[in-house]
Amino acid sequence: MTRLSSPEKLECARKEIVAKIDPSKPCISVCAGAGCLASGAAEVIAAFKTELEFHGLTTEVNTRGTGCPGFCERGPIVMIYPGEICYLQVKPADVPEIVSHTIKEKKVVERLLYVNPATGEKVTRESEIPFYKNQQRNILSENIRLDSKSIDDYLAIGGYSALSKVLFQMKPEDVMGEIKKSNLRGRGGGGFPAWRKWEESRNAPDPIKYVIVNADEGDPGAFMDRALIEGNPHSILEGLIIGAYAVGAHEGFIYVRQEYPLAVVNINLAIRQAAERGLVGKDILGSGFDFTVKVHMGAGAFVCGESSALMTALEGRAGEPRPKYIHTAVKGVWDHPSVLNNVETWANVPQIINKGADWFTQYGTEGSKGTKIFSLVGKISNTGLVEVPMGVTLREIIEKIGGGIPGGKKFKAVQTGGPSGGCIPEAQLDLVVDFDQLTKAGSMMGSGGMIVMDEDTCMVDIARYFIDFLKDESCGKCTPCREGIRQMLRVLTNITTGKGKEGDIELLEELAESMGAALCALGKSAPNPVLSTIRYFRDEYEAHIRQQRCPALACKEMIAFHIDPAKCKACGTCFKQCPAEAIEGGKKRIHVIDQEKCTKCGTCFDVCPKQFGAVGKISGEPVPPPVPEEKRAL
Amino acid sequence: MDIKRIDEIIEKHDSEESSLIQILLDIQSEHHWLPKEALNRVAEKLQVPLSRIQHIATFYKAFSLVPKGRHEVHVCMGTACHVRGAQRVLDAVQDATGIKPGETDADLKFSLETVNCLGCCALGPVMEVDGKHHGNIAPSQIASVLNNCD
Repeated sequence: MTRLSSPEKLECARKEIVAKIDPSKPCISVCAGAGCLASGAAEVIAAFKTELEFHGLTTEVNTRGTGCPGFCERGPIVMIYPGEICYLQVKPADVPEIVSHTIKEKKVVERLLYVNPATGEKVTRESEIPFYKNQQRNILSENIRLDSKSIDDYLAIGGYSALSKVLFQMKPEDVMGEIKKSNLRGRGGGGFPAWRKWEESRNAPDPIKYVIVNADEGDPGAFMDRALIEGNPHSILEGLIIGAYAVGAHEGFIYVRQEYPLAVVNINLAIRQAAERGLVGKDILGSGFDFTVKVHMGAGAFVCGESSALMTALEGRAGEPRPKYIHTAVKGVWDHPSVLNNVETWANVPQIINKGADWFTQYGTEGSKGTKIFSLVGKISNTGLVEVPMGVTLREIIEKIGGGIPGGKKFKAVQTGGPSGGCIPEAQLDLVVDFDQLTKAGSMMGSGGMIVMDEDTCMVDIARYFIDFLKDESCGKCTPCREGIRQMLRVLTNITTGKGKEGDIELLEELAESMGAALCALGKSAPNPVLSTIRYFRDEYEAHIRQQRCPALACKEMIAFHIDPAKCKACGTCFKQCPAEAIEGGKKRIHVIDQEKCTKCGTCFDVCPKQFGAVGKISGEPVPPPVPEEKRAL
Repeated sequence: MDIKRIDEIIEKHDSEESSLIQILLDIQSEHHWLPKEALNRVAEKLQVPLSRIQHIATFYKAFSLVPKGRHEVHVCMGTACHVRGAQRVLDAVQDATGIKPGETDADLKFSLETVNCLGCCALGPVMEVDGKHHGNIAPSQIASVLNNCD
């Protein structure tokens, strides 16, 4: 591998790579992101290789594993170029047909195409699928264009040109100016303007400075950082080096959580490749600028996503936050100025440099510029990663891109911002998505998790879920967080198990207020899920407390399962599958659940054939007495 | 336990105190737990008090101070999985294995852990057995998946 010792050599290398690419040569791209791999993408790639070999096509057709395009619901996703034909939910058994039909005869395999549920029309090209069509994929679109393990692929799409531009045509102040003009705000949660951290660090007198990528994506339900760092690791690295140049840092860290093994592999590989090419290390591209970077694996602690805790962890200690009277940008890792930004924030940097702040600011609202990636998950038809300009409404995301709620259920709320965020009800769906509007509604942008909930989700249980999550994740250093969360959980558990009493809601509100005294954002924002659900769904809390009723029929302790004698057809399905042997049945006899034996696992409810729908849930009222033995014959 | 191997891991990280967590992660991934001898060795080599190593080993979830079973079962309890019924999946796994999260069974066959998010939210609920993901899993399928482990 030749070291690229000047910007001219970088451009030469790029030209050579591009010249070797024949755009008319067929290429099979299979998503090799974690989601698709979990659905069997590796087997599909292997099947393609075997099949192409069988047909003697290995030299005529390229195959590659790419980053995540976002439509995880329908994985494994296969794209065939040229033609951008998109096949969904491909299994190894489908591969021979794809090779013989699409590769050899240039025909489309109809049955693997996306079907528009509204019109029944089949869609061939990826960009025409409504899920993608209504997005603005500035960052995510690169994922599918490259093999995440190939630096050549990244160079071919213009990779490291922003770095070269910065090192040879811009002074650090110019870089700072451009980022300031773009008003890029941190994508990790707080939405703090990136340039403010950068400037503060740059102006700090200490000559040793650090830049850090926060890839400790701990928010449950959020996986956009994972997709970026796995799919396009070089873009993060390039952004980080640019930031280092602007700030005057020569050392950097990438903190990745160990739950993302593929991300660890890909970013380490990217650093090695970049070092071989002279894009990381001493005298980058012959500019005289030195920068080295180290990957640090997290060891499973949510609080380490908090900047000061993450920095403590980098020092090799237990990741507890520290007071930030002095910003980490001035005193961070080993008390040196440290700029920490989230993965997505760094990924935006090369694009802003290449295309300009004006290009970036054409997207978004007054206070929040650019695009934001959300992970749209939960009770939604099209689950996956969604990149939209700031300022679109929640309704557009959920209905137009997400395709609404599956199974004809009713939308109830959308949870944004992870455990620090809140739940937004249907009445607020026309809210535009930006940092400030979401905060005003009692939630927050967070890292971009968007969990959709339908009528079957109990909002008290969701509040309890988040507090339970935080109880395990609070580091225990400060009392308001450690004790406050524990007491809140006790009250919420009482409410969801039918032991709630008058005054509990007020007690929760009082506890929430006292938690403002916590040391870090984890504790300060911990009450948000509780407060936002009380604000918008107080009636659900009251039903639990006053009527011992869970309106969503979700809280196990407050519901009972019951077979409607008028609907039961004695098919025996529930009888056979009940793990607790709590169902009395028999041939042509109405089935009855023994409430004493029932463990409320819900198996009978799931397996009762849809056309009968005999098993139901009851809450807040007594279970009707069982049909007498003599009247059970059908 | 092979003390030489522990030394190799420590040297791979240049015996640096700041790499303490990385060293423990490497030991954990090889042994599936942190044996006492290994911790003593790390303390000695890095000149770090054992109490600090204990602090780290108990603070972070990735570490275990007791041996793990041959098969590691992780049930994702992330929000997306939660709203799609992760609790019922966990209940079914507990029924099938007879152990609770954080526990290992007596014959060291299974260890059960809950995780906060595996990042495969589109496939929820998700159970991971020895690194292999089982997406959209129904409680009724759990027993057959676990029965395939020997």
